[in-house]
Amino acid sequence: MRLHSILLYLYPSSFRAEYGAELSNVFYQRKQRATNPIEVSFLWIRELVDILFNAAYAHWDILRQDLRYTMRTLRRAPGFTLTAIVVTGLGIGANTAAFSITDHVLLRPLPFANADRLVQLWQRTPAYGRLELSPPNFHDWHNSSTSFEAMAAYSSDTATFLGKSEPQRLEGTRVTPEFFQVLKVQATLGRVFTSQDVHQAAPATVILSYAFWQSGFGGVADILGRSIRLDNESATVIGVMPPDFFFPTRGKQYWRPLLVTDPNMGYIRDNYFLYAIAKLKPGVGIDKAQAEMGVIADQLARQYPKENDKVGAYLQPLQETLIPSQTRLLVWALFGASLCVLLIACTNLANLLLAKAMARRKELTVRAAIGAGRERLVRQLLTESAVLSLAGGLVGIIVAVAGLPLLSQLVPPRLPLSDATVLDSRVLAFVALVTLGTGFGFGVLPALRMCRGVDHEGLKEGSRAGVGGRRERLRSVLVVAEITVSVVLLISSGLLIRALWRVQSIDPGFKADSVLSMQTWLPMPRYAMAATRDTFYTTILSQVRALPGVSGAGFISFLPMTGGGGIWPVVVAGQVGIPETAAFRLVSPGFFAAMGTPIIVGRDIGDLDVLGGPHVAVVSESFAKRYWPNQNPIGQTFHFAFDFPFARQEKTVVGIAGDVRFRGLERLNEPQVYLPYRQLPDRTSTYYAPKDLVVRSSMDTATLVPLIRSMIQKAEPEMPISAVRTLKDVVELQTEPRTTQIRLIAAFAGLSLLLAGIGIHGLLSFAVGQRKPEFGLRIALGAQRRDILSIVFREGLVLTATGTLLGLIAAYYVGRSMEALLAGVAATDPLTLTVTAIVAFAMTLSGSLLPALRATRADPTAVIRGD
Amino acid sequence: MTYSQSDIDDLLPLPPATFHILIAVADDDRHGYAIIQDIAARTSGELQMSAGTLYRSIQRMQEQGLIVESRHRPDPEEDDERRRYYQITTFGTAVARAEARRLTDLVKLARARGIAPERS
Repeated sequence: MRLHSILLYLYPSSFRAEYGAELSNVFYQRKQRATNPIEVSFLWIRELVDILFNAAYAHWDILRQDLRYTMRTLRRAPGFTLTAIVVTGLGIGANTAAFSITDHVLLRPLPFANADRLVQLWQRTPAYGRLELSPPNFHDWHNSSTSFEAMAAYSSDTATFLGKSEPQRLEGTRVTPEFFQVLKVQATLGRVFTSQDVHQAAPATVILSYAFWQSGFGGVADILGRSIRLDNESATVIGVMPPDFFFPTRGKQYWRPLLVTDPNMGYIRDNYFLYAIAKLKPGVGIDKAQAEMGVIADQLARQYPKENDKVGAYLQPLQETLIPSQTRLLVWALFGASLCVLLIACTNLANLLLAKAMARRKELTVRAAIGAGRERLVRQLLTESAVLSLAGGLVGIIVAVAGLPLLSQLVPPRLPLSDATVLDSRVLAFVALVTLGTGFGFGVLPALRMCRGVDHEGLKEGSRAGVGGRRERLRSVLVVAEITVSVVLLISSGLLIRALWRVQSIDPGFKADSVLSMQTWLPMPRYAMAATRDTFYTTILSQVRALPGVSGAGFISFLPMTGGGGIWPVVVAGQVGIPETAAFRLVSPGFFAAMGTPIIVGRDIGDLDVLGGPHVAVVSESFAKRYWPNQNPIGQTFHFAFDFPFARQEKTVVGIAGDVRFRGLERLNEPQVYLPYRQLPDRTSTYYAPKDLVVRSSMDTATLVPLIRSMIQKAEPEMPISAVRTLKDVVELQTEPRTTQIRLIAAFAGLSLLLAGIGIHGLLSFAVGQRKPEFGLRIALGAQRRDILSIVFREGLVLTATGTLLGLIAAYYVGRSMEALLAGVAATDPLTLTVTAIVAFAMTLSGSLLPALRATRADPTAVIRGD
Repeated sequence: MTYSQSDIDDLLPLPPATFHILIAVADDDRHGYAIIQDIAARTSGELQMSAGTLYRSIQRMQEQGLIVESRHRPDPEEDDERRRYYQITTFGTAVARAEARRLTDLVKLARARGIAPERS
């Protein structure tokens, strides 16, 4: 019978209390009449089914009743209902949107099979923690290692596509045949590369991205086998990748084979430009693989002491490589902020429910008096909060859908992921969890609080439930928590705004205003000749400079902050040690003037710096300081540690230019070297031949661009023009993730402040309503308006002061944890803290104003009448 | 208790379990197990109501005012104090009558069409 009593716990406790003994009694009687064990077993089975079935029904009956009652109650208080739903909806919505991006970028494994076994391989030198590989080193790593299922190399590639319309510059990747094997992806049409496609005599082949197949060829079905022209080469299309395949980055339009077989095929061992990925064999840990690669790298260092001295190997999980720690921090900060908003929203919901429950104390007491057990009352109140949070959850989904486009901007373009974060089943499951958690977590507390003290006290006429007692203290604690959290958010967004200002105020080394830039890709091999290039540059520059309003124009091999360019090792005669690197650029005369980069000492690259003349260079201030501190750098010489004549040739410094932040505003930048484009010999390093045109002009961009476009097209019809943008846009792109993040966190901070304001207003309004007789009495006894106002304001101020103080302490730790995002702004930045405190107090004042005014209107005669 | 015809009509048709319980307590107050036994006897053992169904029905019927817990207890030697006895209310009787009438009318209709046996 013990077992039977336990089973009865499946019934709602009110039902059990009423009929439990009877149910046991009936079962007992039936058991008495059973004559053999088989009958007893049958009896048990029937009873079990009966209890399961009827218990479920009994619960459902109660739920239906509670729902009906809830709907009635909520309809009777539309203001309360609406506030509760909107507050919860905003919290859940902000959280859902933030979760969807956190999930998309950080939580979900990369969209490749066995993503946890994928690693990125780097070279490591004393100067660089992570460095690309040289083809010979990759070849040796690939052939000597045993820890990997497959290892592949890839390098970025661009090509001019001559289709039907204007020439188009494409972004692609050169890959070794094992590339697709490592990632374990198949083509959606056709096939991926095999070793047959990658040898010296193999016909040229290409695989297209799904997006380029659609945009460039209208998604025609007979694309396979077609020959397309990329630069000067015809390649046969052998495959189209699936629409959701993006590697190494989102914008890649094609993949071409990369041949890295023979270490002696002309590649230089210390020219690093290959990326390498590999898949670990099952059961092989990254540490073991790292140890093996370390041994191989040591071996190579002994074998090639000149090139590979101190070159080690470094393995990194692919996910870690792709999602840099700053992105990680940025997304977590956002998610944290959204959690804060949710917390505040929930606190507000709890507070609203508590206030409502207190106002309904009499009703609850009556219900208790006519026999509704405490469990039934708790259930009733919980149903109410669940219904409210469910409605809030629905509103939240709408809020999240509205917020997603903004959040999608936070998905860094360098990830192999689509930028479309979607509300899928995972996210919806999260919403459901948050909604249920909100409904129950924050409904239980008020419900238990209320029902604990339901007794005849509540029935007494004029009883003022919940004032001055423990319940008001609980509500005050909740409001203080809200203020604390919103202060933390305010300070965080304040600090981030300060950091943005600081980053924006960093001098990039040029004057970005009214400068237009565009890329012109020289069709090879025709432009491998210095004379052909010279004709083109000279024609374009002289025509552009002749345009009205144009005050300067020049070419450079790679524009600052756009990625790419050369990092070359520098050798200065008489200075020993491992060569350090410098950013290497070829420029035309007039480039510095067009950019607004000052020539501090000496002269600019000139028209007389030609191929036959003495080799000259303009170097940055940091370059001069690094190699010739306390000496006159003009007239000093240096060369590059590469093994070809152009690099080996001694260059004489003729001018010092201001430093330019080539790698970006917030990154460390190598010293810079600029060489005259005319001194680049025929068929040498054509990759670095200048192609980025910059034009300083007072003319409107919209007028200027078509003019220049037609000039270029006339000079060279096969030349694609891409990346047309102002230099200002280029610089602003640097701070775009920050700007988006600030917009979001500031929005969350504003939202939480609003919610906290509602919280204070709600609490004080309720307290004032309950204390009206007291205020009336005070007024009757001669209290002035001022006195009443100060009583109410004081309450609000005490809450705010406590919340702000706690918020300041918490914000200090939050600020410390996101130091990496703060660009050197201290977590205790006085301006941010002061502004936050002022805003918090202003919010309190406005939240307290209405309740305070209401208090002063308390009617003394009502008190005297004995309300 | 006052009630109107529409109060009765609102409850019709009655679930079979409810009707059986009303019949079981129509002439005499009975406790739960006795109701089950009575129903089984009247239906020649065909309807064996489970305890869960019985008490869920009883709960609802009490809320609807069809039955109440009886204050009359049987003689002490026959009584078990844990048992609760249920008594039909006037409203319960009226509802049971209305249901019986509804069923009779239905049978009459069926008979007129020849799909129910004539009264023997």
